[in-house]
Amino acid sequence: MSDDLTIILTAGLVATAAGLLGPFLVLRRVALMSDAVSHAVLPGIVAVYLLFETRAPLPVIVGAAVFAVVCVIGIDLLRSTRLVASDAAIALVFPALFALGVLGVTEFASGAHLDLDATIYGEIAFAPFDVWAFGSVEVARSIVLLGAVVLANATLVALLWKELKATTFDPEFSRTIGISPTLLSRLLLIAVAVTAVTAFESVGAILVVTMLIVPAAAAYLLCDRLLAMIAVTLGIGWLSAVLGHTVALRADASIAGSMGLVAACCFVLALVLSPKYGLLARALQRRRRRREVRAALAEAHAAR
Amino acid sequence: MSAHQDGGPPTAGRGAGDRAPALEIRRMTVSYGARPVLWDVDASFPAGRLSAIVGPNGAGKSTLLKAALGLIPADAGQTLVEGRPVGAARDRVAYVPQRDAVDWDFPITVREVVEMGRYAPTGWFRRVPRRDAALVDDCLERVGMGDFRGRQIGQLSGGQRQRVFIARALAQQAPLLLMDEPFSGVDARTEASILELLAALRDEGRSIVVVHHDLGTVRGAFDHALLLNVRAVAEGPVAEVVTRETLARAYGAGADAVGRDAGEALSWAG
Repeated sequence: MSDDLTIILTAGLVATAAGLLGPFLVLRRVALMSDAVSHAVLPGIVAVYLLFETRAPLPVIVGAAVFAVVCVIGIDLLRSTRLVASDAAIALVFPALFALGVLGVTEFASGAHLDLDATIYGEIAFAPFDVWAFGSVEVARSIVLLGAVVLANATLVALLWKELKATTFDPEFSRTIGISPTLLSRLLLIAVAVTAVTAFESVGAILVVTMLIVPAAAAYLLCDRLLAMIAVTLGIGWLSAVLGHTVALRADASIAGSMGLVAACCFVLALVLSPKYGLLARALQRRRRRREVRAALAEAHAAR
Repeated sequence: MSAHQDGGPPTAGRGAGDRAPALEIRRMTVSYGARPVLWDVDASFPAGRLSAIVGPNGAGKSTLLKAALGLIPADAGQTLVEGRPVGAARDRVAYVPQRDAVDWDFPITVREVVEMGRYAPTGWFRRVPRRDAALVDDCLERVGMGDFRGRQIGQLSGGQRQRVFIARALAQQAPLLLMDEPFSGVDARTEASILELLAALRDEGRSIVVVHHDLGTVRGAFDHALLLNVRAVAEGPVAEVVTRETLARAYGAGADAVGRDAGEALSWAG
């Protein structure tokens, strides 16, 4: 497989894994959760390094995942006390975990070479160089890992489709019909944590945080149905992956950065141009309404 | 006085027969911090009747419904549906939350919301079976929202949104409907037409309990009422519950001093 194809496929798989969950995060107003996870994994990586003296990808992913789950569940628990608001809960939990990680690095691991950039925050440009051999076939590790995550997320969303939909839309009603919003929230957030950690390791944090939220936020402005929203989210994610890669090659720029910017551009386009909810549509509608009202008023006054 | 709740059997009204009460609440007590919101509330809503829970703002009306359904924790209390604990009778109850409990910008169509009424009988992991489609459509027609099935819910008026919620409850095919403030922010004409719908549902044998804030319409439209102000002030047939004397107790004596709401209430009580 060519390097370019590997990179695009890796980014597309990140877009798919993240895009299956992102719409639920956006609709549940916990979009910052992805940001939180990207910081909260640090103590997990440090702990793995201190305990097992390794930076091998699998132990690192496991260590990071443990703390990612601690982070999202911690936030969820803090929210459920109703003593702190949702955004505050997010802002309270992840800095504490990040601080713990920083402390671990400076106290115990500063002598060792624990390059954070390379360890937690992978770089998508290197994805093609890290391959696993299956017999005579070599496949990039990122594609294998992310493919598994895509499969897991797709299974989760397909199996729990109506439960996720109901608890996201109307948690109180869901409880009265025996579908626990707490349980679904935890499952969703654990999936987010595992997805984020796996993807961080292959493509870096910025791309993951982007793919979890930006395509979903754009799709939210374009869609009237949840299923359509997820489909559009995946479309925008893949578009960002392919276009971003092209831009990066042309401009000789960062691949993850270019993909992130393309996604952001997609969002801005949706914000301005969405046929139903866009800024332009709203302005036109207001103008039309004003004109109608003025005409009606003029007529009424003339008739008097 | 006869209307006062004294823990005895509910006053038998017309056609109540000998069915167990649709909803019985015993000793319900709920606090926010150290402040009691509900104190030792007993209530019994007869089957096949249209019942109202009325009382001043902050009386705990919505809290009573939520606590009865276990949506908020209670300090004490028990809820029976058709004589069974509510936990064992989930499929017998359809809850209609306040409209502002959900995000109306959510990407979901009218029909999809109503379809949620079929989620519980469908069970986990499964898709709603195709044979339920006709039922969902019937429920939409029943509330007069058939033409709106494909609309995104944000495009509906307040009254239409309420109808969609009622259709979802109908799709649950539960004999007991619990509705939280269905008429807040709805104009008088819409309120009258929804009340008509509820009366028709009652005449088919359903039991309906509505948290209601407008004492003006309670007398004409409802059969049974619970007058609540943290405690149960009175309960029974509407004519016995909504009286000058009980309202004065629920809203405080000297209605003029406590404002328009109670003043209106008293004038209605005659």
